[in-house]
Amino acid sequence: MAKIEVKNIYKIFGPNPEQVLPKVQAGSNKEEILEETGHTVGLDDVSISIEEGETFVCMGLSGSGKSTLIRHINRLIDPTSGEVFVEGTDVLKLNQIDLLEFRKQTMSMVFQRFGLFPHKTVVDNVAYGLEIQKMEPEKRNKIAMDQIEAVGLSGFEDQYPSQLSGGMQQRVGLARALATNPQILLMDEAFSALDPLIRSDMQSQLLELQSQLKKTIVFITHDLDESLKLGDHIGILNGGRLVQVGKPEDILLNPADDYVASFVGDVNRARVLKAKSVMVAKNDSHNGMQVAHKANANDTLEDLIPIILGTRSLIEVVDDSGNSMGYISDSEASKFLSKD
Amino acid sequence: MKKIPQGVYYAIFTVFFFVLIVVSYNHPRTRKKPDSVMELFSDFSWLNDWPRWLDVPFMHWINTNWKIFINEYGLIFDAIGYGLLRGYTELKEVAVQAPWPVVIAAVILITYFTSGRKLGTTVFVGFCTFFIGFLNPRFWDKAIETTTMVVLGIFICVVIGIPIGIAMARNEKVRNAILPILDLMQVIPAFCYLIPGIILFGLGAIPAIISIFIYACPPLIRLTDLGIRLVDKEVIEAAESFGASRRQKLWGVQMPLALPNIMQGINQCTMMALAMVVIASMIGTRGLGDEVLLGLQQLNVGAAIEAGLAIVLLAIVLDRMTQAYGEKIQQRNQPVKKIKKSD
Repeated sequence: MAKIEVKNIYKIFGPNPEQVLPKVQAGSNKEEILEETGHTVGLDDVSISIEEGETFVCMGLSGSGKSTLIRHINRLIDPTSGEVFVEGTDVLKLNQIDLLEFRKQTMSMVFQRFGLFPHKTVVDNVAYGLEIQKMEPEKRNKIAMDQIEAVGLSGFEDQYPSQLSGGMQQRVGLARALATNPQILLMDEAFSALDPLIRSDMQSQLLELQSQLKKTIVFITHDLDESLKLGDHIGILNGGRLVQVGKPEDILLNPADDYVASFVGDVNRARVLKAKSVMVAKNDSHNGMQVAHKANANDTLEDLIPIILGTRSLIEVVDDSGNSMGYISDSEASKFLSKD
Repeated sequence: MKKIPQGVYYAIFTVFFFVLIVVSYNHPRTRKKPDSVMELFSDFSWLNDWPRWLDVPFMHWINTNWKIFINEYGLIFDAIGYGLLRGYTELKEVAVQAPWPVVIAAVILITYFTSGRKLGTTVFVGFCTFFIGFLNPRFWDKAIETTTMVVLGIFICVVIGIPIGIAMARNEKVRNAILPILDLMQVIPAFCYLIPGIILFGLGAIPAIISIFIYACPPLIRLTDLGIRLVDKEVIEAAESFGASRRQKLWGVQMPLALPNIMQGINQCTMMALAMVVIASMIGTRGLGDEVLLGLQQLNVGAAIEAGLAIVLLAIVLDRMTQAYGEKIQQRNQPVKKIKKSD
């Protein structure tokens, strides 16, 4: 079973969500419901399943329901209808005490505007999750100091959040989320409030941390480049509906509808596409071309284009143990880079 | 829970209104009734001036019930009044017995520590305290009496007001129920509850303290409620996402972050309490207000203004002390961005 399973979630905001639910289930869209009943549809029949150890990126513009969706996973929001399972536990059936215990043990969350406690020092902020679990101060401060070191903030532990820059504050947020050693990390537009350089820095740091920790991460963003960089799978939301779920390449190469297509239109494809999704079996057009370079299956097209252009020859794609998987020539490269 | 439709409320209100009219009309004390209801439809002169018979006998009802109330529950108020009086007298005696330089020194010490060792504020407050006695030696003991009343009043406000504020912030229904009561407490003229206060608690300091509570508590309750509700939503969500219980959330996050607002509330409370003390002098409460009243009654403008100045000085002292403490907390919560020098 998947680590996180969200099944047919509906969320309607307004005074009488139950009465409106049948209409939404019958297929009326967000605008119609708003006009007829004054209710806002937050989520409309969303189902996702997230495997252990993967980074699932949930993408959409503001108002698409992505922040609402992530809050269903730790039940900060109750759905109007639907089911949520985390590690096989039916989250919606938990009583108040079990729910608090579940939040303490299983997951933690990183927020867009950091959500740090302004009246606590950095070390107390990071130790907050452990404080809630009633761990003794010495023990929790030690763990907190380790986490602060892991995110590179040693020396700032006695500062207050307002004394730190945005990027540093979000590192505190990340350290705080990791301090309780949860299985699942929920990141709600975690890097959206940071400026571009720091953002890409934080993305790299997250990828690095993830390669060691292998957490299950649910990441919310409105930035397609970010989702392509971080996501093992990407789900695209539009108006509360899940439009497409797939691997980054799938989304890029086979957009499900115009909305997704317009999204991916501006993306630098060479940076996203990997050798393994571009390669083909050896065919007639390759006759007479030399194999000039062996590329790893996970290299991006961006790495390979200079070689293809420079040598005008064939590139052989191999897996990690060196077995041949396929070939790329200039014609494949040009085919995948063109937008239609 | 099922919601009661709006129509039901309107229906209840309408029925209540008509019952009230019928009851007033049939009340034995209602004067100059028309001989029959039909007369109202033949002779329309009653539409010109407000008819004497269209009068709810509220005064009569309240007076009757007030007497019953006093007979039944008077003892409870006696007990409350006695407890308060004991506390008031003991506190006052200590401060009055103490030599005046000791009192000034104590005020200076308290200010020094509550203000976070700010020298300017401390010196200023010490000077103001000295000047109260300096204005007129008679004022010294009276100022202590007034301060004791104000402090006791604020203590009651804090003990009762802050929990109510917390309850309002946590529950929409409690807030909707309490808000009109707060409006009433703030709008109703002070004399309306001063007189019943005398009947319940006797003359002197106790009805004044109760009046201080009625008059000065609403802003503290409002600011507590507001302070808690204004805490950043995302910070609350962060606490919840780590599995904080309601209690952990309240004491670990909401209260510390609402504290600057609550301190502002206590400060407001203090100022309003001082204003009330002057009005309360009309029901025989001693203290600085008494001096103002005396000056006015004797048309002694100098004495009245002198006493007024003493009250202003007392206000400044109390304001600086509570304000400085609030600022200190605020600085701890939201420190100004400082670049740490590493040399």
